[in-house]
Amino acid sequence: MEELKLPERFEEYSEGRKAGFLRMKAAKEGGRKVAGYFCTYTPLEVLDAAGLLSVSLCGMSSETIPAAETVLPKNLCPLIKSSYGFAITDKCPYTYWSDLIIGETTCDGKKKMYDLLAQRKKMYILQIPQGIDRTYSRKLWISEIRRFIDFISRETGVEITNETLRKAAERRNELRRARSELMELQRLSPVPISGQRLYKFMEGLNFNFDIEEAIASTRALTAEIRKAYEEAGNVKKEERRILITGCPIGGVLEKVVGAIERGGGAVVCYENCSGIKAARCFVDTEREDMAEAIADAYLNIGCSVMSPNTRRMENLPGLIREFGAEGVIDVILQTCTTYMIETRAVRKLCEGLNIPYMSLETDYSQEDAGQIDTRISAFIETLC
Amino acid sequence: MHYIGFDVGSTCTKAAVLDEQGSLVFSKVVPTGWNCIETAGSLLGDIEAQGIHKKEARIVATGYGRVSIPFAHKTVTEISCHGKGAAWLFKSDAFTVIDIGGQDTKIIEIKDDRVQNFIMNDKCSAGTGRFLDIMAGTLGVRLDELCELARQSQNHISISSMCTVFAESEVVSLIGRGTSKEDIAYGIVESIASKVWGQLGRLGINGGDCYLSGGLCELPFILEMLSEKIGAPVKSAPLARYAGAIGAALYAQNMK
Repeated sequence: MEELKLPERFEEYSEGRKAGFLRMKAAKEGGRKVAGYFCTYTPLEVLDAAGLLSVSLCGMSSETIPAAETVLPKNLCPLIKSSYGFAITDKCPYTYWSDLIIGETTCDGKKKMYDLLAQRKKMYILQIPQGIDRTYSRKLWISEIRRFIDFISRETGVEITNETLRKAAERRNELRRARSELMELQRLSPVPISGQRLYKFMEGLNFNFDIEEAIASTRALTAEIRKAYEEAGNVKKEERRILITGCPIGGVLEKVVGAIERGGGAVVCYENCSGIKAARCFVDTEREDMAEAIADAYLNIGCSVMSPNTRRMENLPGLIREFGAEGVIDVILQTCTTYMIETRAVRKLCEGLNIPYMSLETDYSQEDAGQIDTRISAFIETLC
Repeated sequence: MHYIGFDVGSTCTKAAVLDEQGSLVFSKVVPTGWNCIETAGSLLGDIEAQGIHKKEARIVATGYGRVSIPFAHKTVTEISCHGKGAAWLFKSDAFTVIDIGGQDTKIIEIKDDRVQNFIMNDKCSAGTGRFLDIMAGTLGVRLDELCELARQSQNHISISSMCTVFAESEVVSLIGRGTSKEDIAYGIVESIASKVWGQLGRLGINGGDCYLSGGLCELPFILEMLSEKIGAPVKSAPLARYAGAIGAALYAQNMK
């Protein structure tokens, strides 16, 4: 086995980052291979079935954006820039140690960034159909999943069978159930867990390679929160219940959710990627052909790259009711064209439901933090 | 008991005081300067000089500097305050407020005395009072002079850059090309009005009464240009620059 080398500037890194690099190095020295991925459309069951460790590589910090802008245009989504920046600066242990990176044809910015990333890293691109109302879209996606299974199988030398996929899907479903149960606690009033804490926990799950441990820690947190809620008794709290929809918000969590919480609001539901929409896409493990079952589950995710994106509009009213949302905030990352344009449809949908709606376009910088604070506080004031 | 509202804006700080009967008994505007706490403190001194003591008053602060006013009992955002203050000033219960502030422009839709919807530019100074200030500076005139020059324009031109920095270089190159000051001034005012018109559209507002609050309400040509762009009369009132402060005072009155 070839020797695993740490990045050149490893000694300059913070303790936390160093620890991340060493933990990954140890896993690899134990003979494990690592697959990085970006999107909730990535069928993790396939990676699990081949014994790969899977880890999310979505960039959530502005730290590496200046480096990315030496290559990528400035006027581009911060998530794409941050992700690419981490890859070229060797600052992310997960990107650094990935043996393989899985990209997908979701948005144009990501697709073209992957072209560049492929010059530095081994990449596999999943071709995602974008018109799920066509019957052949499903067929295309199923053949794409089969191709992916073949590729991963060859790459790892591990035979992936219908049964190993079924086993993997059962474990992933269990984690999906645990995540959903945790998020469903927010149906309670007052909201039992702060939106920031909830999101950070769920984000952390994307870096936990041990599925059993991820399930256990999620269940433990759910039990802990529920117990604390019950012990607190019948507490009344003035808080306005907010549902968040739109782009992934890991990189603007403090700015947006922090402002909601400071302004007297509470996040009851994350409809976006790390939230409820993907967590509830269960794979039907009773089906005979597991590649088909997996394809069907993942194609159900309501992302704005789909046209028409009916799934999102179908899910929102039910989520608003289920979580008792009093207002909807649509968070758009700068230059995310698909979500930006879809704000019109979401606004209209909310108007029809008589639910106050606000869209916020922002990026990973701090330059608009004051204005975002004012806008969110004012929005919450209108709900009082 | 008196009810005091402070509106700490990026350019000016405004104070308004309502008495027990709800009549406006004091209003004053001063430049915010670099220390908004000191500025608000000296305004409070002016209010106290009128025999209104803070111990017998309830104080609400608004504006971007609202959180740094140590003597405020409560803070409310400028969106809500402008809405409330405008409803009081304009004696209307369904209308749109346009507030062109120092660092942001807000469009606020009011119905039944409540903010229904609002929009605010959130990143740069494009389309704000600061934009006009800087452009007037580039032409070497005051804001009111800029508006009067614009009125005399013979050839209506438009400034295509929305960004203050780029618009400034655009203006400099127009000066270099010998374009008249009047025409450039027109382009500057027109660009602000276009921006507001676009924001109204994004909010889905067409028709209904529109009122301009904030510092620019004292400039008639701004009102005319806005009315022309929007295709409906944009009205204002002499006290409209105090809309935020009056709204804050009204919130103070409603405090339990």
